[in-house]
Amino acid sequence: MKQWFKSGAPWIWLNGGAVALCMIMVVGLIGLIAVRGFSHFWPAEVLRTTVIDKQEQSQTVIGELVRSETIPAAVARDAGYSVPEGAELVTRHLIKQGNRDITGNDFMWYVATGMGEWDYPQDIMVLERRQWGNFYGFAQQIKAHGEVIAERDDAQFWQELEQRVARSVSLHEEIKAIENGAIGDVNHALEGLRLARKKLTINNADVATINRAEAEFAERRAELQTHYEVAKAERDALYQRLERDTLVMQVADGQTVLVPLHNIVRVSRPNALSVWGKLAEYSSRFWGFLVDDPREANTEGGIFPAIFGTVTLVLVMSIMVTPFGVLAAIYLHEYARQGPVLRLIRISVYNLAGVPSIVYGVFGLGFFVYFLGGSIDELFYPESMPTPTFGTPGLFWASLTLALLTLPVVIVSTEEGLSRIPKTIRQGSLALGATKSETLWKVVVPLATPAMMTGLILAVARAAGEVAPLMLVGVVKLAPSLPIDSHYPYLHLDQKIMHLGFYIYDVGFQSPNVEAARPLVYATAMTLVMLIIILNLAAIKIRNNLREKYRSASD
Amino acid sequence: MLDDITKVAPSAAERIKIQTKMPTIKGVEGFSEANCMTHEKVKLEVSDLNLFYGKDRALNNVSLQIPEKKVTAFIGPSGCGKSTLLRCFNRMNDLVDNCRVEGQVMLDGHDIYDRTVDVAELRRQVGMVFQKPNPFPKSIYENVAYGLRLQGVKSKRKLDTAVEQSLRGAALWDEVKDRLHDNAFGLSGGQQQRLVIARAIAIEPEVILLDEPASALDPISTLKIEELIYELKNQYTIVIVTHNMQQAARVSDYTAFMYMGDLIELGDTDTLFTNPSKKQTEDYITGRYG
Repeated sequence: MKQWFKSGAPWIWLNGGAVALCMIMVVGLIGLIAVRGFSHFWPAEVLRTTVIDKQEQSQTVIGELVRSETIPAAVARDAGYSVPEGAELVTRHLIKQGNRDITGNDFMWYVATGMGEWDYPQDIMVLERRQWGNFYGFAQQIKAHGEVIAERDDAQFWQELEQRVARSVSLHEEIKAIENGAIGDVNHALEGLRLARKKLTINNADVATINRAEAEFAERRAELQTHYEVAKAERDALYQRLERDTLVMQVADGQTVLVPLHNIVRVSRPNALSVWGKLAEYSSRFWGFLVDDPREANTEGGIFPAIFGTVTLVLVMSIMVTPFGVLAAIYLHEYARQGPVLRLIRISVYNLAGVPSIVYGVFGLGFFVYFLGGSIDELFYPESMPTPTFGTPGLFWASLTLALLTLPVVIVSTEEGLSRIPKTIRQGSLALGATKSETLWKVVVPLATPAMMTGLILAVARAAGEVAPLMLVGVVKLAPSLPIDSHYPYLHLDQKIMHLGFYIYDVGFQSPNVEAARPLVYATAMTLVMLIIILNLAAIKIRNNLREKYRSASD
Repeated sequence: MLDDITKVAPSAAERIKIQTKMPTIKGVEGFSEANCMTHEKVKLEVSDLNLFYGKDRALNNVSLQIPEKKVTAFIGPSGCGKSTLLRCFNRMNDLVDNCRVEGQVMLDGHDIYDRTVDVAELRRQVGMVFQKPNPFPKSIYENVAYGLRLQGVKSKRKLDTAVEQSLRGAALWDEVKDRLHDNAFGLSGGQQQRLVIARAIAIEPEVILLDEPASALDPISTLKIEELIYELKNQYTIVIVTHNMQQAARVSDYTAFMYMGDLIELGDTDTLFTNPSKKQTEDYITGRYG
């Protein structure tokens, strides 16, 4: 035993154990998020059964099993379920039965006692709707303008339905294109006119000028109005066409419900699908999650605006922090006189990295948003007052706050990179008659780029995962539009954005529909992790290319 | 490769023979005391040079003259100040914090430590090659063109010509002409060192300082560098610091022996190695010093 201790083997086991523990934690974390997040999109089998409800009535239920658990019988009894005497434990199942507009609740617990056989009818249909969440039921008829087009037993029923759903989805897209395109342009131009007019008043232009401008504006406005009428007529026509089809559905208790087809995003018959069919359905749902806009207070639909917002935020942050940090590091390392003052500055910079991020948020709100933003508004956007332009949280301030937060990381890595560059290379350049700045910009800085990239990688990793400060300086639950669009200046730094991290918090903790939101939390977390991994891999790839280029310089 | 060795080795050996046949300047009055060579045109003249690193004195009243278009070697044990002296000729010591220089270094009769001297301009006249090859992280072409680009040369044709001439001058052209735009780090150590020499001669300096240019290289590369030095002295004044006494004997016309910051003796290489006038020199070259 003593010999064993002396051999050093226990240390190796201890070290190895620590590494193993780390690996287990990482794999467990990613695994949990991946399993929960990815399984959300799998088209689950839809069951049909009968239950005894609290009024001792038998009732048919259709839905997906979410999970089951065992609870003490007393608890169930307190909740009003009929539980046979003598039972100590009962099993209950959480069923996602959808049809929120009819039953009031889309998730319901049912105790197993008195529950009938479960069966999985082939023709149960799941409708993903724009409003009221999922619909589960049996399709009966398709109607157009009130005329029956197809009955459930027709051979062409399913094809007919799919075609008509595809048509209504594409009509919706056309409407959206008109609203964001032509109508958006008109609104943008009208807002521009309003501001231009107000600007004249603010600048105390003389009456003649104002009258002349007024006439011009009126002309423009009339012109825009006609544009708007045209676009609106076009849109209304599309809405008219959307109204055409209706689907007649039968729900679990046998009543018949009309579902307008324009309310449907996606139809599927999960029980009838083969594995390949399910895979196709899965991909379609997953893709929809990535590229669609959110619906129903973020508990349905996709997260595209959040992904877009996060990426934009990180990119704008990188563009701000890199030059700033690199320049500061070069000054600190190359030009500043080494001494106690510099040491103090360096310690301060390093310690900035340790300040809790919410403090940056508070600073960003107080200094950037209210002070800087307020001053910018007063100076450059007096015509839009009292509506603030930059004097309110937005993309620019969020990026700037994150840039400040990640600045120490960039400075530290750049400085380290600069100090790793061999003296001989600098001397080589100086000996050829280069000045200090020529040497710096032509030789030293290019060599230090891999280190700068390392700093940027760390900065991106930290910034993409930060949520707390963003809540104060520009991230919102639901942003009306993306920060990049077709209107000059294309990138709207003053706009509020959506963010994956905040989305997770919001959906997970602020959502009215907890059960519906839970899988989205995992799926969004998975997306966020993957996004950070992708951003990092891209940066690492660039860095490795640079390193390869300057390979043996530091040997 | 083997051909290379057989080709290079005898020529180096021959050179030593040639050098031993060179006429000596022994007998010139006051030569070894004043360390001057009156019959040569003087390129660099050092008088009463003292150099301090903080409070430590690294050079003590050094005075010497370096003749034009000859090879002058500095030898001596580590820490004797030979590299420090070399770095005074292009003011590389300016980069060292708390380094102080007293005395005069004249290049063609002008004091290079005068306040009006543009150091960058001086370094264009006095090129330097360091112990470890230090090519820039650029292509071979860009390495050689670096100095010219600094001077504002933009014409592609001019640069092309200068790069080719310099690479030929450094005996590297044939080895790299097909991959001029590859990264310089792809070259071997010996090739890198010749590239650095090509880079130095591209800006047509008058003096080239070599600070132990072959100490990090294998024997074959060392021979190539020595051959090159022999070629270059037709055009340039060369000052070389070396630890290797055989090397000093092979390549240099004049040799200076330094010890503890003092210049002990300067004379033509043959005399200094065969018949040193100072006891310390004799001890060193016969290996009685560590």
